[in-house]
Amino acid sequence: MKSSATAGQAMDALPTVKPDRLPLLLLPVLALAALPLTGSFSTWVTLTFAGLAMGMIIFIIASGLTLVFGLMDVLNFGHGVFITLGAFLATSVLGRMTGWTESESLLRNLLALLPAMLAAVVVAGAVGLAFERLIIRPVYGQPLKQIMITMGGMIVGVELIKVVWGAQAIPLPLPAAFRGSLLFGDAAVEKYRLIAVVVGLGIFLAMFWVLSRTKVGLLIRAGVQDREMVESLGYRIGRLFVGVFVAGSALAGLGGVMWGLYQQSVTPEMGGQINVLLFIVIIIGGMGSVGGCFIGALMVGLVSNYAGFLAPKVALFSNILLMVIILLWRPQGLYSVGKR
Amino acid sequence: MNTPLLKLDGVHTHIGAYHILHGVDLEVAQGELTVLLGRNGAGKTTTLRTIMGLWHASSGRVQFDGADITACATPEIAHRGLSYVPENMGIFADLSVAENMLLAARGARRLKDIDPKRLDWVFGLFPALKRFWQHPAGLLSGGQKQMVAVARAIIEPRKLLLVDEPSKGLAPAIIQNMVEAFRELKRSDTTILLVEQNFNFARQLGDQVAVMDGGRVVHAGGMAALAADEGLQQQLLGLSLAAHQ
Repeated sequence: MKSSATAGQAMDALPTVKPDRLPLLLLPVLALAALPLTGSFSTWVTLTFAGLAMGMIIFIIASGLTLVFGLMDVLNFGHGVFITLGAFLATSVLGRMTGWTESESLLRNLLALLPAMLAAVVVAGAVGLAFERLIIRPVYGQPLKQIMITMGGMIVGVELIKVVWGAQAIPLPLPAAFRGSLLFGDAAVEKYRLIAVVVGLGIFLAMFWVLSRTKVGLLIRAGVQDREMVESLGYRIGRLFVGVFVAGSALAGLGGVMWGLYQQSVTPEMGGQINVLLFIVIIIGGMGSVGGCFIGALMVGLVSNYAGFLAPKVALFSNILLMVIILLWRPQGLYSVGKR
Repeated sequence: MNTPLLKLDGVHTHIGAYHILHGVDLEVAQGELTVLLGRNGAGKTTTLRTIMGLWHASSGRVQFDGADITACATPEIAHRGLSYVPENMGIFADLSVAENMLLAARGARRLKDIDPKRLDWVFGLFPALKRFWQHPAGLLSGGQKQMVAVARAIIEPRKLLLVDEPSKGLAPAIIQNMVEAFRELKRSDTTILLVEQNFNFARQLGDQVAVMDGGRVVHAGGMAALAADEGLQQQLLGLSLAAHQ
């Protein structure tokens, strides 16, 4: 009798472990720690906004990469090619609309930028579909071959981009209304950085909504944790993976447009350069975790900018240093995705 | 015995270089609870995984409801009406209990699409689920997780339920709870194939029993007959123990 009462209590006991929110504190802690070091509040505001803008763009690009790994254990070292592709498409679209981009009217600028972004999203998504079919599908479950062939795919992709657009850097000027800065007291914040933060936040919220409120999102979150069980429940995870891969490629294309505008110049090597940052970000965040990727991307953006201002020599390896520190604290990344 | 809902004919399964199943013959009758007994490594879990298409048979045939499903992919097998509770329970730890259930209810896009009568029936079997509805499933105790795993498998009507060691690691009082839940499931005419090592648990529930050893079924028959025959138990289950030493 006594044992059944105990069992009843045990079964009714509410779980007491709290969800892990500690990594959320990292961003404000990092930003506040940099405040006394930068010396002046206005410099700090400028640097923080620059960091957040950079982080948001990196997040847009990296979010697809982390989900692709989470769902199918596929490490796509060719992700950078979609960034380059998106950026070059933007040079072509915006180059043909200089009348609109040079106009002072914000509306006309936006009407020029939207088709550029749309083209990047659609073409990068379509190329992503082909990339998955031709390059990734034959090497499922073979990590070494995946690394080799996705790197190879990237090299081929970059050379093809050179065939179409040439090997030279192409300027990608900001539309007229996005140039210059807004002044908040003494602090100057570039308009485009503000826009990048807003767009990045919008994409994060949209992604958050899809992942937390829709059944497809639920399937993605479940698939990242236990692929086999999702299949046992009757869902074809292969199709889900293709969808995520295409969406991830499309977002990388969009991120490429934003990165190109941020740098105001586009080179065939840009994707490869950002690739390194992407892997740092998804390792910091915990492979497969979108929330971790978001925090990781913003941290990398902030650290790059603070370090670039405070100690330019440290800036060369500041992101690696950040990754090492985070991994010493949490070897699986900020949010480890509970797998198998 | 009624017509078999599930029939395995000489099923061999290899995992990499290892030959695990050596010609399994097994029948699961419609509307009955069949228990698969045997020591560790006898091939019980591999049998369930082969039925579910998670590993494919290298030879032999798996027939379900009159169709050959040997070569079918796992999602298709699930769509034909099998549901599966794996040994590790396959709980999505980061999702809430409600979200775990929503995934299992293939026909529902939102929680409110889940058939309320069916949900009430499931809550009747496992009242704890209702309390933990919004809690992350990963925070539940082992017994509570097992309840979620079984509830997930029955949230929509299925033809056959495959359950791998539901009593594993559970406290005796919770095991008794599980026995009651399976009894209620039997009353609702669900066909079940249950893998167990706990003979006491198996004896309370089983209609039929199959004993596995060395990747084969070495005995199949009524549970009542095995439960009554200590010599046979000694021979089948004791023999396995002797082989184990």
